[in-house]
Amino acid sequence: MTDAPTDAPALALPDEALPDGARPNPFDQVRSSPGAPKPEPILVADEVRRRFGGLTAVDVRHLEVQREAITALIGPNGAGKTTFFNLLTGFDKPDTGSWTFDDRRLEGLGAHKIARTGMVRTFQLTKALARLSVMDNMKLGATEQLGENFFRALLPRLWNSQEKEIEARAVELLGRFNLTHMRDEYAGTLSGGQRKLLEMARALMAQPKLVMLDEPMAGVNPALAQTIIRHVAELRDEGLTVVFVEHDMDVVRTISDWVVVMSDGEIVAEGTHASIVTNPAVIDAYLGAHHGTPMDRAEQDRQLAEAEAAIEAERQAREEEA
Amino acid sequence: MNWHSILNGTLRALVGREAIIYSLAAIGLNVHFGYTGLLNFGQVGFMAIGAYGVAISVTTWDVPLIVGVLIGVGAAVCLALLLGIPTLRLRADYLAIVTIAASEIFRFMMSAPSWRDVTGGSDGLTGFAGDFFDANPIPGGDYGFGPWHYSARDLWILSVGWVAVLLAVLLVRMLMHSPWGRIVKAIREDEDAVRSLGKNVYSYKMQSLVLGGVIGAVGGMFWMITQASITPGSFSTIPTFYAYAALILGGMARVWGPVVGAMIFWALLAFTQGILDEAVANDLIPSSIMDSNQAGNVRFILVGIGLVLLMVYRPQGIFGDRREIALGER
Repeated sequence: MTDAPTDAPALALPDEALPDGARPNPFDQVRSSPGAPKPEPILVADEVRRRFGGLTAVDVRHLEVQREAITALIGPNGAGKTTFFNLLTGFDKPDTGSWTFDDRRLEGLGAHKIARTGMVRTFQLTKALARLSVMDNMKLGATEQLGENFFRALLPRLWNSQEKEIEARAVELLGRFNLTHMRDEYAGTLSGGQRKLLEMARALMAQPKLVMLDEPMAGVNPALAQTIIRHVAELRDEGLTVVFVEHDMDVVRTISDWVVVMSDGEIVAEGTHASIVTNPAVIDAYLGAHHGTPMDRAEQDRQLAEAEAAIEAERQAREEEA
Repeated sequence: MNWHSILNGTLRALVGREAIIYSLAAIGLNVHFGYTGLLNFGQVGFMAIGAYGVAISVTTWDVPLIVGVLIGVGAAVCLALLLGIPTLRLRADYLAIVTIAASEIFRFMMSAPSWRDVTGGSDGLTGFAGDFFDANPIPGGDYGFGPWHYSARDLWILSVGWVAVLLAVLLVRMLMHSPWGRIVKAIREDEDAVRSLGKNVYSYKMQSLVLGGVIGAVGGMFWMITQASITPGSFSTIPTFYAYAALILGGMARVWGPVVGAMIFWALLAFTQGILDEAVANDLIPSSIMDSNQAGNVRFILVGIGLVLLMVYRPQGIFGDRREIALGER
């Protein structure tokens, strides 16, 4: 997949259908405040609330996710990012709330039905299917396979040609994710970073409209992370919407079109990366204290550096754990 | 020591009726546990409901045996649905508890005096297998070679049995090499991952439970039809664990694992039985230590020790892949 052929026709489309980059930025007119409306939201969540006993894990009043853009969801540990992911994808049930994806109401649907609408997720704790080969992991991701029906499974000629198409697609994706040499190995033999890649590639096999990646870069070496970032940007340009949770602020800065910040279950800020890093609410969320007095530039920079250092330390701590 | 008769008995057990019964039971368990990760501790319940389905329908309604077999299969499907609906949404251990309980409940129901007219109570039923033996096309006489000499009746039993095993193996093989099998194996590894890719995990687990249950039920039917009588006492919890032993011996998630496992399991039992019997009879083991009745139980101890050693030195079983065991521990 090269950029040129996909970009050329896209430029002919009306302005608002275009993702950003050299083209008009869909976020130009969006204000940097929690719950800001987007020109073309693909995912809209309202009043999504989840309590665990006395703790309110998630309390999102309103969130819109822009179509064909990359949205980063950041926030300190325990902010409710993963819980929010779980709620939206049907892996957990909210106490209240409604959300639509591509104008389809999703609340109350099971996880597999939500996945079938085109919203596919990955997991923070990677779920490589250890005793399946890498290729089988990939093939599993493809949707609407004829041979998945019990009776049709007994008649290989019904699904053999489809299986070949799926395999070809899998080979292409494995190439993109630097996993070609592992295709016949058990997924359990992959390293932590490779498992992250496999999980992402497997999710893409489902040809989703939106992927939700939970810490996709954790444990991936920086060089490979750059490759992945490029691929994700390419996928966006081809029409994929991406929401991802990430602690690495470098990654967030390089790739995200829009950043949403969660703290204590609520969305405390939204904006571009540049507007987020100077937002006092975000610094509060990471450092836990806000002095309330107007800050001079030096103080702002100092707190910012502290916040980034804290995030970096956290990331390293997690990497060491993994 | 009469080594000739010991060896003869062992070789006959290798392809005997028990090997067929437990092949089928273990193939079913392989579908459940080896491929899908469903912990079924009540496989004997499926065997019992299949066998009683045949026996009761033939004796009560006087239907042909083949119809009885279909009813037995239908009963096993119903049992799988009944067990699966409440438990398959829960963790694996719930299914284990419910299946073992259900198989015991069914056994006690069949031995209850209240339904004696239909079930025969603890005496069981006879006279339902006539069609099977009438259908034997093999003319009388002695067939076979070496240690394997059979009457026409035994040859008919073994032929039908091994054909059934072969068909079951073929069915499992085709399914496990299809996208259906891929999903089922993926469920064994991680349900949530499969769910996140848009597959209805609950439905696949149910299909697997039904499939393995029906194969087990066919094993139960074969068992009771070929002995031409049925008693509830046969369906204690023990056959389930024999089937597990056979499966582990042969290697899980391997198409031929349960079959070879069952053959070797029963050959080993016959071999140890032969040795102990001979040893007791020839006073190699004094009767003050062990008499011939006790020898029958000691062989299970020996086979148990054998299984322990297998777990230590070859945990993947005969056909299994050691790498898979290592990965499973992660």
